[in-house]
Amino acid sequence: MSVTLADVENIARLAKLSFSKEEMITFTGQFNQILQYMEKLNELDTENVEPTFHVLDSGNPLRDDVQQTWLTPEQALANAPKAKNGFFSVPKMIG
Amino acid sequence: MIYEPVIGLEVHIQLLTQSKIFCSCSAKFGASPNSQVCPVCLGMPGVLPVLNKKVIEFALRLALATNCQINHRSIIERKNYFYPDLPKGYQISQYELPFCEHGFVDIYVEGLGAKKIGLTRIHLEEDAGKSMHSESYVARDESLVDVNRCGVPLLEIVSDPDFRSPREVSAYLTKLRQLVRYLGICDGNMEEGSLRCDANISLRPVGQQQLGVKTELKNMNSISAVEKALEYEIRRQTAILHDGGKIKQQTLLWNSNKSVVEPMRSKEFAHDYRYFPEPDLLPVIITAARLEQAKSAMPELPQAKRTRFIEQYKLPEYDAQVLTEDLEIADFFEQAAAGVQDKKSASNWVMGEVMRALNEQGCSIKNLRITPQHLADILVMLEQHKINLKIGKAVFEECLQTGENPAEIVAKKGLHQISDSSAIETLIDKILDNNPAELSSYLEGKEKLFGFFIGQIMKETQGKANPKTVNELLKQKLRQRQETTININ
Repeated sequence: MSVTLADVENIARLAKLSFSKEEMITFTGQFNQILQYMEKLNELDTENVEPTFHVLDSGNPLRDDVQQTWLTPEQALANAPKAKNGFFSVPKMIG
Repeated sequence: MIYEPVIGLEVHIQLLTQSKIFCSCSAKFGASPNSQVCPVCLGMPGVLPVLNKKVIEFALRLALATNCQINHRSIIERKNYFYPDLPKGYQISQYELPFCEHGFVDIYVEGLGAKKIGLTRIHLEEDAGKSMHSESYVARDESLVDVNRCGVPLLEIVSDPDFRSPREVSAYLTKLRQLVRYLGICDGNMEEGSLRCDANISLRPVGQQQLGVKTELKNMNSISAVEKALEYEIRRQTAILHDGGKIKQQTLLWNSNKSVVEPMRSKEFAHDYRYFPEPDLLPVIITAARLEQAKSAMPELPQAKRTRFIEQYKLPEYDAQVLTEDLEIADFFEQAAAGVQDKKSASNWVMGEVMRALNEQGCSIKNLRITPQHLADILVMLEQHKINLKIGKAVFEECLQTGENPAEIVAKKGLHQISDSSAIETLIDKILDNNPAELSSYLEGKEKLFGFFIGQIMKETQGKANPKTVNELLKQKLRQRQETTININ
């Protein structure tokens, strides 16, 4: 398995990060080195091994459905770069 | 060429828990913005989500009611995308191993008959926040975000592409809404968004196996809107295919004001959610014991209630069907019927007067001023002939307006039925004597005037006379007068 420059550009876009063309080319090479290293794992026969979704095998601890109040709207918005009328204000998303 | 629509649905239901799915913030709808948030749902670094026990209980109820196979172990995953109403940058959901799979819902469509709609899966997930774009207080260059809804528990119910008409879709949504209300897990309110439905639809020539290119419809906030949007989309896709065009795979929003679908305006590229197991949450394990416990705690479902109403209350099938359509109405009937002899009469009142009141007031039965006990009181007074039917209806109206106790209304207004024969006889004589012209017309054969006399008596007694007694006595009196007349002649 390997990635192309286009894959790296796509990953950068999904992560909302921007890089120069040179950086992208460097990353493509580095990503491929990592993938090659991981390829080693394919040497093992995992035919009859269940996928490990989680390292712990126990079930989820559950919480009782009890409601509690944590923050006031003022506290919630205290660190927001911009707030208005009790809302977080962000750059326009659509339209 | 004739085309056949192929439709599949994704329904999201908001669960009626007190707190959110992974934190203790209130899950209530309609609070002021950002007043029900904490570090967990705000996506602060270093916090740990903890799953709400009630969510599992509710998911089990729905899984059992929709005949799903419940996975002993299901995996919680992260669905990654950036959007301002999702502070963490991912939605906690399920993907590869969902909570349950392979269920079905039976629907019935008038004229088309019964049909099984397959369910691909039902999985747990959290809701995202709410963003405001076009409200008057939102500036041109901004969007406003309220995180209250973020983390509200959802179940996503994915159907198989089994629907072949919008009417089947309506029937399914109606059934599903009834079911979640019966299960007490969701209020099913599409206007408020506690039940949401997205539809995937494609067309193919009748007889062809291969599916056509599909579009996804969103933003329909009632069952009729879903039906209208699908009908519109079928017409739109049919027209394109007829002209030899190609359907573009895209997401469309239903505009209920214009009754058209419009492409979703979005800066987003094609989604690539890069799901992976959520490292902060362990698998959900449903043990055999837990499953048995859930089975034994299942509430009565509509079909079972219908059968029980027929057997226990000896109601006709039609009545049982109408009364059990809505759980609150079924409960209202049962409470009202409890102390009443004539269950069918209780059924008639609920199906007639109570449902009419609900339609007129456009409210839920819980908000009616008249309670099941009030209705029972009226019915008992009728059974004991303390009031007649006409007065009963008037008392019902009064109670509906004021919420006052029916017995008190009757006492206060002196509405007790007059069944005392001698009093009624005296009154009949008086009325016959006071209306000689009508009397002689009647005696000459104008029998229609019987109603006139009844009317006069009821007017005189303000409707309180026992109609049966009045009828009998009036007939008797008129016969006597007839005989007297003949004798004189």
